[in-house]
Amino acid sequence: MTFWNDPINLISEWLRGIFMGWGMAANLAMVITNIIGIFVIILFAMAIAIFLVWVERKVVARFQDRLGPNRIGPFGLFQPFADIVKLIIKEDITPEGADKLIFNMAPVISLASVILIWAVVPLASQIYGVDINVAVLYLVAAGAFGTLSVIMAGWSSNNKYALIGAFRMVATMISYEIPMVVALLIPTIIAGTMSLKEISNAQNGIWFAFLSPLGLLLFVISAIAELGRSPFDLNEAESEIVAGFHIEYTGMKFGLFYAGELLHAFTFGGFMAVFFFGGYGGFFGLEKLAAFSWLSNPFIQMVVFLIKALIGYWVIMWIKYSMPRIRIDHMLAFNWKFLTPLAFVLLMMTALLDKLLAPTNFYVSGMFISNLLFAWIVIEILRSRSKQERAHDIEHAEPVELAAHH
Amino acid sequence: MTPDQVIFILCAAVIVVTAIMVVTSPNLIHAALWLIATLFGVAILYALLQAGFLALVQVVIYIGAIAILFIFAVMLTRREMRDKGPQLNKNWALAAILAVLTFGGLFYILSGWSGFSGKAAEIPAGMDTLRNLGFALVSPDAYLLPFEVASILLLAALIGAIYIASASKK
Repeated sequence: MTFWNDPINLISEWLRGIFMGWGMAANLAMVITNIIGIFVIILFAMAIAIFLVWVERKVVARFQDRLGPNRIGPFGLFQPFADIVKLIIKEDITPEGADKLIFNMAPVISLASVILIWAVVPLASQIYGVDINVAVLYLVAAGAFGTLSVIMAGWSSNNKYALIGAFRMVATMISYEIPMVVALLIPTIIAGTMSLKEISNAQNGIWFAFLSPLGLLLFVISAIAELGRSPFDLNEAESEIVAGFHIEYTGMKFGLFYAGELLHAFTFGGFMAVFFFGGYGGFFGLEKLAAFSWLSNPFIQMVVFLIKALIGYWVIMWIKYSMPRIRIDHMLAFNWKFLTPLAFVLLMMTALLDKLLAPTNFYVSGMFISNLLFAWIVIEILRSRSKQERAHDIEHAEPVELAAHH
Repeated sequence: MTPDQVIFILCAAVIVVTAIMVVTSPNLIHAALWLIATLFGVAILYALLQAGFLALVQVVIYIGAIAILFIFAVMLTRREMRDKGPQLNKNWALAAILAVLTFGGLFYILSGWSGFSGKAAEIPAGMDTLRNLGFALVSPDAYLLPFEVASILLLAALIGAIYIASASKK
């Protein structure tokens, strides 16, 4: 065990040795080492969040044909620090009639719900918080706290816009949780485990994106809905309800919501990588060759994971800054009448084919082609439906009388 | 005291205090939020018992779905969040006696049980509790029948809900 091969375990062993050298009991030393580990993960996630503020502002500027922050530091890299100072020295306003405790707790829970997820993020085969066998469910459970924080913020602000934003958020979250869970079950079925590390390892040969492209699509759509980003940003629709659930928040309290949102989007980019693009690994068996054995190094794996997560995050931003906002009834109809049935049929198909094709030689091609066929059938059904509706509309259209006749 | 015991005592204290707050808080939203804290405490207890799956299901179902729908329903249906009426009715003394008796009875029965003061057996390394649970739910020697009965009950409830929702349109 050297630093180069297994850094985290080496450091924690070393720390435990020091604490026990001070005469501490073995389990107390272990508890303190674990607490230090938790703080390191939180600090790492927060450091990423600071960097993401810059990334997000730069990318949105490019999408809108602007330059973005470019004054402080090279490429405007130190802009987030200026933003932080600004947020800290702003006046902290608690609105009249607000429920103070809940109002102040909401941004904390919002950020905490994201940082909780980082406990299970497998950064590399040796660098992760904890490898639990129910990590997929853990992801859904942490999302529940995100919803909770939005409700708390919306309700305690004593503001109608905030409350409407919270209502919309809950409607979105409760609806899109179903396709989300089903989309998460697909990599679980293919890998045969819910541990994120083992799901990553299961993709060493082939990425799950090739085995279940539709599952990936479902996951991306429901993840964006869960993030509350455009086209599902009904919860903070600026043109309708000003800022939605965080309308009354000022200074750093708003900053916590903002940092939480960015980190959440980045984290989901990371989960896209873990579930469908091989996570920290997935080099199509390349790492088994002697010349490429350095690919199994934890530091390289961590860099690979972060790059994949950034690409996923970039896709989420790309969608956010290109799509108009969806109307709430369309949002609900799209989920319940289209995504949910699609998700269930896809789940059954994947489960069945996974068992049927596993012993055969054409597992990968069979899974891929079955997904394409299924997508084609769905598109054909949609096309015939829309044709019918259009014909029906034309048949029942009533001639509009010109105003001049009256 | 081991770290596990410290966490257990903290957790149990949080559960008791928040559970009391659920029933004494006059504000319905506050009561619902205290309930979430109680449910979360119970989830931690499950995690301490090495039942990670149960702990997460507790959070997903009870906090993520049920408690949030509670809050949603309260916010949509009530203009006034504060209950104006008295919090106790005239049966409170009887209820208190019954509660104490139930607690005492359970405590008495459990104190005679050999596992009461013993230590929980360690889960052997390499045992996949989640996989075992999955097999137990679908194996005929274990819980296949109750599992299927529960599924049919839930399906019936779903169909009933769809029927009620569509009938009201007419």
